[in-house]
Amino acid sequence: MGRIGDAFDRLRAAGERAFVPFVTAGDPDLETTEALVLAMDRAGADIIEIGVPFSDPTADGPTIQRASERALAGGVSLRRVLESVRRLRDETDAALVLMGYANPYLAMGEQGFARAAAEVGVDGVIVPDLPPEEGHALYSALEEHGVDGILLAAPTTTPERMAQLCEQTRGFLYYVSLTGVTSARAELAAGLEESVRRIRADAKVPVCVGFGISTPEQARQVGSYADGVVVGSAIVDRIEAAPDRAAIVDDVARFVAEMKDVLR
Amino acid sequence: MSTGAVRGTFGEYGGRYVPETLVAALDELEEAVPRITGSQAFRDELDHLLRNYAGRPSPLYFAERTTRDLGGAKVYLKREDLVHTGAHKINNVLGQALLARHMGKPRVIAETGAGQHGVATATACALLGLECEVFMGEEDVQRQALNVFKMELLGATVHPVTCGSRTLKDAINEAMRDWVTNVNSTYYCIGSVMGPHPYPTLVRDFQRVIGLEAREQILAAEGRLPDVLVACVGGGSNAMGLFHPFCDDEGVEMVGVEPAGEGLNTPRHGATLGSGVKGILHGQRTIVLSDDDGQILPAHSVSAGLDYPGVGPEHAYLRDIGRARYVSATDAEALDSFQYLSRTEGIVPALETAHAVAEVRRLAPTLSKDAIIVMNLSGRGDKDAPQVRELLAGKGSAGH
Repeated sequence: MGRIGDAFDRLRAAGERAFVPFVTAGDPDLETTEALVLAMDRAGADIIEIGVPFSDPTADGPTIQRASERALAGGVSLRRVLESVRRLRDETDAALVLMGYANPYLAMGEQGFARAAAEVGVDGVIVPDLPPEEGHALYSALEEHGVDGILLAAPTTTPERMAQLCEQTRGFLYYVSLTGVTSARAELAAGLEESVRRIRADAKVPVCVGFGISTPEQARQVGSYADGVVVGSAIVDRIEAAPDRAAIVDDVARFVAEMKDVLR
Repeated sequence: MSTGAVRGTFGEYGGRYVPETLVAALDELEEAVPRITGSQAFRDELDHLLRNYAGRPSPLYFAERTTRDLGGAKVYLKREDLVHTGAHKINNVLGQALLARHMGKPRVIAETGAGQHGVATATACALLGLECEVFMGEEDVQRQALNVFKMELLGATVHPVTCGSRTLKDAINEAMRDWVTNVNSTYYCIGSVMGPHPYPTLVRDFQRVIGLEAREQILAAEGRLPDVLVACVGGGSNAMGLFHPFCDDEGVEMVGVEPAGEGLNTPRHGATLGSGVKGILHGQRTIVLSDDDGQILPAHSVSAGLDYPGVGPEHAYLRDIGRARYVSATDAEALDSFQYLSRTEGIVPALETAHAVAEVRRLAPTLSKDAIIVMNLSGRGDKDAPQVRELLAGKGSAGH
């Protein structure tokens, strides 16, 4: 079992829920991203999602769109993100997951990407625009190289399909809390608890919930019925608002510690 | 020809590369399309609207002066510029808006580049009493101010899109984000033969009326099928509408004309099939303009409607199997042909269409006098008149 599986074993034994923060690689630059990943690890993050910037992020709201634009303006590419993970791997044993759209992976070639990801120490990959029907080449290549292909499920997913997704996903199932794009929201989606409880009743994998979660109170609520909580836009908002790199790392680390606290 | 055999794929192209939230909506659409559009009642209703509201069939006009001037093949123009709203876009939106109503979706969203699809969607929604919201790149909002006004006049809300390159591709991104958010109440009316399955097939089938009519009309006029079909290609709906009914007629050559912008040797063009690579964009696997890292490159064309870094997946397939070939025309050639057709035939073509005219001007003189070309005159150029006027006066830039 890989680092993601190990993380959930450890959490289960400790009676905790996973906190899964997201940052876009290269926002505002890769050096800051690396400092952030290490700081988030120390602050208690269990699994860390690293966004691979893409020119056309159709599943993302304005916050992460802007982060992608900043990263691309700085010349970040999938290859550079992989190099960054290689450097991080020398310093941390945290579970690291790449999240990014299909085209950059396709441009590198499914096999080539899967091999490179495994080699630098990527533990999982999430591709928001690659459902399993279309992603066979990538997901099987990842499996071959021991990298978890993490699938998403949504409120609109039918029960039959949900069962398939739970079967086909690796590492955990990423449940999208609402019908919409990523962004911090004031309210959790109606019916979220019931949906997650229903999925977890049948799922043999952990279920983490993301999209729209931004406060410790929301995380506490979701943590009471999910295996983990993913937070992206609320972190990227802090990165955008902080005046310099030191402030970015401090603010985000403090926020991660606060979020992890309510999930213990 | 069996394109679209396996779940929305055309060879290796097509498919459904979408966020999980949209999978159920696409399943719903896939189920609804044959059930609703296959019914006699739907076909009668659409036929009635196409005939009495949109003004179909559109004429197939023998361009005698152009033919004489070019000194080669006979040139026929399929006059989509004469249908309601001034372009072929109405064929598709009447079909999709009717479908939305039958599916019980009160709200319709659309993306638009030049504004033609937006105006057509706003028109169909006004006609059928549907709420309409249109996403349009900020750059295009400025280039096509008249169409923005028309959409608003027709009761639609226009959302200028300020992210990315602020053109058609970003308008599509924003429409997809809206659809993900409001998926239960909303019908996404895609304007070209692109996007996730079943859209490329759905839009093609609503546009096939162009080719079906042209086939009958040319048989009536000449007693035989044409030698060459010519149409401009951005996403490719007017071309696919003309081409598809001729796909099995092996003697009919099919030529799509992409925008070469400032030239294929510059980064400023939109010739996806001419210089793109395999990729995934807007829910489909197709040919895209992309850098080595898989980032989508902004397209450029003097015509906002061709300014798209992807292309409908069926065109990619027709190219690969050699059934259709794709050439390009530059901004300058399109501008010249915009004026040429105006002076020669008294028809002001859309700048998009002017790309096809440019190819006809190259091609016709190389063919014998008994050869026949049918060109899809996909839209009228009134919308482009202010922009062309500025360009000819040397003031404006040729696009962005």
